[in-house]
Amino acid sequence: MGKVLKLAARNLARYRRRTLLTSALIVLGMVAVLVFIAVSGSFKRLIVGQITDSMLGHVQVHQRGYVASIDNLPLNLNLKPEAVAQVEDALKGIEAVEASSPRLKFGAMFSNFTETTSIRLNGIDPAREAATVPLLPGRVIEGAAANGLLERGTLLVPEILARGMKLKVGDTVVLVATNLDGSVNGKTFTVRGVLAGVTGPGGRDGYLHLEDARELLRMTGAEVSEIAVRLKDPDRLKPAFAALAARLGTVRDSQGQPVFEVHTWEGLSPFANIARMIDLLDLSIKVMLVAIVLISVMNVMVMAVYERVREIGTVSAIGTRPGRILALFVSEGLLLGVLGTAIGTLLSLGIVYGLNVARITFAFGREEGLVLAPTLGGADVGVVCATVIAVAVLASLQPAWKAARMDPIQALRHI
Amino acid sequence: MTVVSAEHLEKTYQAGYVAVHAVRGMDFAIASGAFVAFVGPSGSGKSTLLNMIGCLDKPSGGRLTVLDTDIATLDRSAAADFRGANIGFIFQDFNLIPVLTAYENIEYPLLMVQDWPAEKRRARVIELLEAVGMTDQADKRPDQLSGGQKQRVAVARALATNAKLVLADEPTANLDHDTAYRIIALMKTMRDEFGTTFVFSTHDPKIMREAEVTFTLEDGRLVNGGAHG
Repeated sequence: MGKVLKLAARNLARYRRRTLLTSALIVLGMVAVLVFIAVSGSFKRLIVGQITDSMLGHVQVHQRGYVASIDNLPLNLNLKPEAVAQVEDALKGIEAVEASSPRLKFGAMFSNFTETTSIRLNGIDPAREAATVPLLPGRVIEGAAANGLLERGTLLVPEILARGMKLKVGDTVVLVATNLDGSVNGKTFTVRGVLAGVTGPGGRDGYLHLEDARELLRMTGAEVSEIAVRLKDPDRLKPAFAALAARLGTVRDSQGQPVFEVHTWEGLSPFANIARMIDLLDLSIKVMLVAIVLISVMNVMVMAVYERVREIGTVSAIGTRPGRILALFVSEGLLLGVLGTAIGTLLSLGIVYGLNVARITFAFGREEGLVLAPTLGGADVGVVCATVIAVAVLASLQPAWKAARMDPIQALRHI
Repeated sequence: MTVVSAEHLEKTYQAGYVAVHAVRGMDFAIASGAFVAFVGPSGSGKSTLLNMIGCLDKPSGGRLTVLDTDIATLDRSAAADFRGANIGFIFQDFNLIPVLTAYENIEYPLLMVQDWPAEKRRARVIELLEAVGMTDQADKRPDQLSGGQKQRVAVARALATNAKLVLADEPTANLDHDTAYRIIALMKTMRDEFGTTFVFSTHDPKIMREAEVTFTLEDGRLVNGGAHG
């Protein structure tokens, strides 16, 4: 086989123009795919990072049934103190977990004494919330965070309400909430900051201290609506999720039903669909690459066989076995694939490096100046290279088969 | 010892709707080490006969034995192996591989057909280049060689694998007379040097006189069986 490969390499070197043309097409396809994968991957990571690091966290734990009713923010489906302790225990046992934050979510009426509207509120432990969603402080567009995200008696107001009700930092507002038992309670707060929405100014979520939330709701126990979890490595989302789900899945109620439900950010955010679309685009580009390689290599190999009919007749006449003729042409396809992928990979790495040096920025929602940082993973490069080489071999099979089956007498007569 | 033996050899093939009787009931034998010419006008069946002797084609009837092998029994791969082991070819149009040098063309059957080790291969190619007087042209490609030089390389290639039988279909048809004589003389020298049986076809009366044994063909029939020149 080594001799056949050597001869195939020599043929490619001697049929230089054809080799360069085919390699150029493969290189073009490789570069298009690898650079697209690197850029779209970077874009996806940045956007997913914005969603998870400023709002959702990577994983959330709720009492079973809560997510189905999440629009109502049901207080009767909160996690009780003993359940919270069970979750906290489970999280401590998972090495992949970096931080977690308990949240008490509820709806309330929000008034500046002249106008009243509805608001969704998140009672948080400021330090744990900042550790779990580290981009949250960056969403505060007005007001200082000198002593942490929040203090007791203060409120972070969503931008849409602040603008609509002409609120400034330091203004006093009233929150009125309905408790679990149906009674109503009110409490005044000072506006500590104005909070930009993650994807634009449309969000209606405000933040207050967890203890203030419990006081407003007249809660006696340390209940929470959800526990958001941050992972050390977001790329290890699936195994970490599986580990947590497995641990919490063993906790059952008196009817034998699971007490908890665990979701990744993908199960909670509509952006997961956009992320899936990016993956689909990646796949489409890969399919296009396969088509480019298949057509170009097949075209070249068909032409090579056609142009070399007399040569095939000659080598067949002097005793070259059909299998060796097949191997020779397949080897030429294989080497074209290897050559194209090698140059394509090097060129793509160069372009990706150049894009990182150029520090291209873009905006997402209210977030300006997000820096595109494309990277190429070994797995991506490996899969694309293997696909291209396999397709190049596949594309050369039919012409090679034709060459191997050629009648030497007919081939020798070919003009 | 007989190298080629034909008994009532027939070959018919279809050309569109017409059945062409290219070879009709031939009987002949070629001895080892002979220098043989099949002569006759175009269409007399010379090429068809050489194709059958070279195991590139099979008889429609009768029996053709080459080196004690009934060639009708060989399938495609076995025929390729048989050719690779026993038969060398010289073509009218030289049929050198255009992207390979003279050296590489002679080396080709040793590399792709018989898997000779590198050192042995190199020694054999150099020996043959010297034998055909092409040592100083070894690195040239076919398009840098004259017709006579190309045919010398083709002769060397045909002999590379120590073929017992070399078949040459009109080997001088594309050469001027002087060069043609030199190629025939070279073939004869190679026969003397390596003991190889040479069988060639020609329609050139001057060239046919160079053969030691001549078979004359007309309309697929042998009209003069084995005249000694």
